[in-house]
Amino acid sequence: MYADNVIGDKLIHKPKFILGLLAVAFLAFFTFNLAGTMFGEFLRPVIGEPKESGLYGRSAVALVLAVLFVGNLFLISFANIKVQVAIVWIELLLLFLAFFYSFNLKFSFIQSKIGFMITQGLFTTLYISAVSIAIASLIAIVGAVAKLSNNGFAYGIASFYTSLFRGLPLLMQVFLIYMGLPQIGYVIDAVPAGIIALSLCYGAYMTEIFRAGIQSVPRGQWEASRSQGFKFGLTMRRIILPQAIPLIIPPTGNQFIAMLKDSSLVSVIGVWELMFLARTLGQKEFRQMEMLITAAFIYWGMTMVLEVIQSRIEKHYRKKGQQ
Amino acid sequence: MSNVNQKIAPDDLVISMQGVSKWFGAFQALNDINLSVKQGERIVICGPSGSGKSTLIRCLNRLEAHQKGKILIGGIEMHQKMKNIDKVRQDIGMVFQHFNLYPHMTVLENCMAGPNWVRGVSKSDAKDRAMAMLERVKIPEQADKYPSQLSGGQQQRVAIARSLCMQPKVMLFDEPTSALDPEMVAEVLETMVELAESGMTMICVTHEMGFARKVGDLVVFMDEGQIVERNNPTDFFENPQSDRTKLFLSQILSH
Repeated sequence: MYADNVIGDKLIHKPKFILGLLAVAFLAFFTFNLAGTMFGEFLRPVIGEPKESGLYGRSAVALVLAVLFVGNLFLISFANIKVQVAIVWIELLLLFLAFFYSFNLKFSFIQSKIGFMITQGLFTTLYISAVSIAIASLIAIVGAVAKLSNNGFAYGIASFYTSLFRGLPLLMQVFLIYMGLPQIGYVIDAVPAGIIALSLCYGAYMTEIFRAGIQSVPRGQWEASRSQGFKFGLTMRRIILPQAIPLIIPPTGNQFIAMLKDSSLVSVIGVWELMFLARTLGQKEFRQMEMLITAAFIYWGMTMVLEVIQSRIEKHYRKKGQQ
Repeated sequence: MSNVNQKIAPDDLVISMQGVSKWFGAFQALNDINLSVKQGERIVICGPSGSGKSTLIRCLNRLEAHQKGKILIGGIEMHQKMKNIDKVRQDIGMVFQHFNLYPHMTVLENCMAGPNWVRGVSKSDAKDRAMAMLERVKIPEQADKYPSQLSGGQQQRVAIARSLCMQPKVMLFDEPTSALDPEMVAEVLETMVELAESGMTMICVTHEMGFARKVGDLVVFMDEGQIVERNNPTDFFENPQSDRTKLFLSQILSH
């Protein structure tokens, strides 16, 4: 975004704005009656028994929260931007943890299961996603070339494929492949079925990404290459794709991160990946929440690691492009 | 370099266009073009924008397809179903208005690619040849840079070197100086003059009339897809025949 070089007064330092924000925050907290939550519990010394505090308790809780919120904003506004971001992250994370803490989790149970969730669940999730994204990329190159070709047959197949697999919910594709293929006499295991479903679905989306990437290479590159007598395949491999790939990588990284989470859908056909374990490990002891939250953190952590890797790769290609 | 495929016969007549016409939809871009180019001849094609001069030169290596008439390159007819188009193109060097260097490859790699990939020249020979050609266009010191690090004039000279590395029988220039800053035009023209003097067969679409005068054997003036006038440079500039040519010359020479 464009940041101007003239800095006006900070909005949060204007009394009118502070009062307005207070009012809005108060109304918002008041609307969702929070006296019954842990916030009400904290204010027990002031409002007495939260459930019987009525309108007084409701407004008191809302007022305290609104003052905390606006005061927090006001204080943060004096820090520099890096500190601001860090504080906001820490505060939101603490709120999030408090939310989980309120579930009354049994941490020893998590401790006893987390090893298996990582070695079996995380590993399977990563393995299925990595294999699927590799296959999807291959499908996408072929699909993109087919969609850009003048061959009616190739274009027909490619456009039907992308239309179908972008048009059906992934969950349905998983079922159709796992339970449909045996109908025609081809029995397939759950893991390959999951990989096929993910590859085909993401291949369809990525076909469009690859097509756009290839199309964004200027026409002059084709002309220079063909005028030197390079055949189509050579031109594609050595001239066009090397220029298209830096454009294709960022959205492909996004697809991979999305796939990592969509791979949870193959849990429905009994693949022992992260989501499947999250749902089943806690069942016997009625400790589902523990497992779901653990899996949630594993997914989140994995995604954050991948985002860092992706931004590194993007930086690498950006540098190369500036050469 | 005796192992290079000599697909174009060492015939006297390198290029022959006979009654060539081309349409873009309903718009006729070329209208009954007849032109022959002999070995070692330098042809300059000029004319107002939209007159079809770029289309003509792009038809010669079939970057554009003509719909009527006949184009022969070294005795090989350029047509839709030809099998050896890539072999023929290897013998026709082309320099573009916007250089079209491969941005992901260094200058040296740009020059080595053609000989190494399709001419069967070994890497080290291709490198020697590339350095020799970069020497010839006077920028050997830029060999390891990427195209985006060079000025427009330098890029265009690399493009010329890249074409020369293929050891073409004929060179096509499609407005090679039109996209350059004024002070860079001279260095590119200098390279082209040197090339012309070495005996290369050249067809140049350009508005550089000084260049046409200096090295052209024939100046061709086009308008509305037709060849309006063709003459040797002296007569073309001193004694133009058609009114259209006179008007064009008065417009580009009056400033």
